[in-house]
Amino acid sequence: MNIQPRPVRAALLCALLALMPALAHADGQIVMKNFSYSPMELSVAAGSTVTWKNLDGEPHTVVSLDGQFRSQALDENDTFSFKFDKPGTYKYICSIHPQMKGTITVK
Amino acid sequence: MDMETSRRGVLKCLGVGAGTLFTLNSGIFTANALGQTSTANAGIPLFLQISDTHIGFNKDANPDVIGTLNKTIDLVNAMPHQPAFLIHTGDVTHLSKAEQFDTANQLLSRLQVGELHVVPGEHDVTDGPGTEFFARFGKASDNRGYYSFDRAGVHFIALVNVMHFESGGLGALGADQMDWLKKDLAGRSASQPIVVFAHMPLWTIYAPWGWGTTESAELASLLKRFGSVTVLNGHIHQIVQKVEGNITFHTARSTAYPQPLAGVGPGPGPLKVATDMLPKMLGVTSVSVERSSAFQLSDTTLA
Repeated sequence: MNIQPRPVRAALLCALLALMPALAHADGQIVMKNFSYSPMELSVAAGSTVTWKNLDGEPHTVVSLDGQFRSQALDENDTFSFKFDKPGTYKYICSIHPQMKGTITVK
Repeated sequence: MDMETSRRGVLKCLGVGAGTLFTLNSGIFTANALGQTSTANAGIPLFLQISDTHIGFNKDANPDVIGTLNKTIDLVNAMPHQPAFLIHTGDVTHLSKAEQFDTANQLLSRLQVGELHVVPGEHDVTDGPGTEFFARFGKASDNRGYYSFDRAGVHFIALVNVMHFESGGLGALGADQMDWLKKDLAGRSASQPIVVFAHMPLWTIYAPWGWGTTESAELASLLKRFGSVTVLNGHIHQIVQKVEGNITFHTARSTAYPQPLAGVGPGPGPLKVATDMLPKMLGVTSVSVERSSAFQLSDTTLA
């Protein structure tokens, strides 16, 4: 059995604990570019926060089809975040360009 | 450019004809460059259409949308015969912000034409219910957005197709509005000219970019019994027209910035053009009624 010195073990444990929330709620990032969400489909764990950022010169929105979340009009480089607490499938569109569609799956 | 220079430019533009005159007779559309047709035949415009003013937009495609709207207003105010009213087919603002609506209202109040009819574009209702839009323009429709009125024997119908996107992709009117429209048209004489206006095209121009309306076929079947129907839209920032039976479809230019042709490039965003090209791609549509309810549509650019 490889027993490490106590300070090293403590440091590893601290590092692990610090990492754990990030692992449990791997927060999601989605960009809006060239009139589409990227990625269009994203899976996250319950409790995660997803952030959308608009990289287009044209404004976009993030509007849940069942009314659970709705951003304001996001101009270039504006962001919108939403915390997904409950498992499920969340479909959303851009209400300015409704051909833009995306799905968040929360497990 | 000072006001006087601008006005001379406008008059020159009207006289020389940097636009296109569209004449509709018995359902047949003919297009002539404005300068090639006697403007004496154009008649007194019944109303004017402006669209897509996008107050609040400040990107490269046009850093001065206030300036180009002001030029448009100068152009309208300089017309020898003032129309009875003006319609704005939506996207008054870029981001639905209160201060953008206030600026737009302040600019539009400079129009000599006192009567203004406005339908929302999707940029005006990004909050969902369109609180800021309806606070200013909701009165005519009792806050529904859709309504109708009669002027000079013509029946005008304002529709809203930017608040129901659940069906996916295209604009939509929704069941309540379709029911209202059926009742509004029921029993109306087929000889009464009809003008329908809404923000997004009420016929499919390019579905991948959402340039159309879900109920377009049902709408066309409701309108086809009328002898003269003119459908006016905005949204795509360029002129596209179609005649189907007695129905003439026409989209207006923006006063703010042009957009690409359908399907050219990644999406329907602002199109950056050379500075001297920009005023030629912005403008206003004038509609007059001739004898036997023939409509003339005349498009004029800012330069």
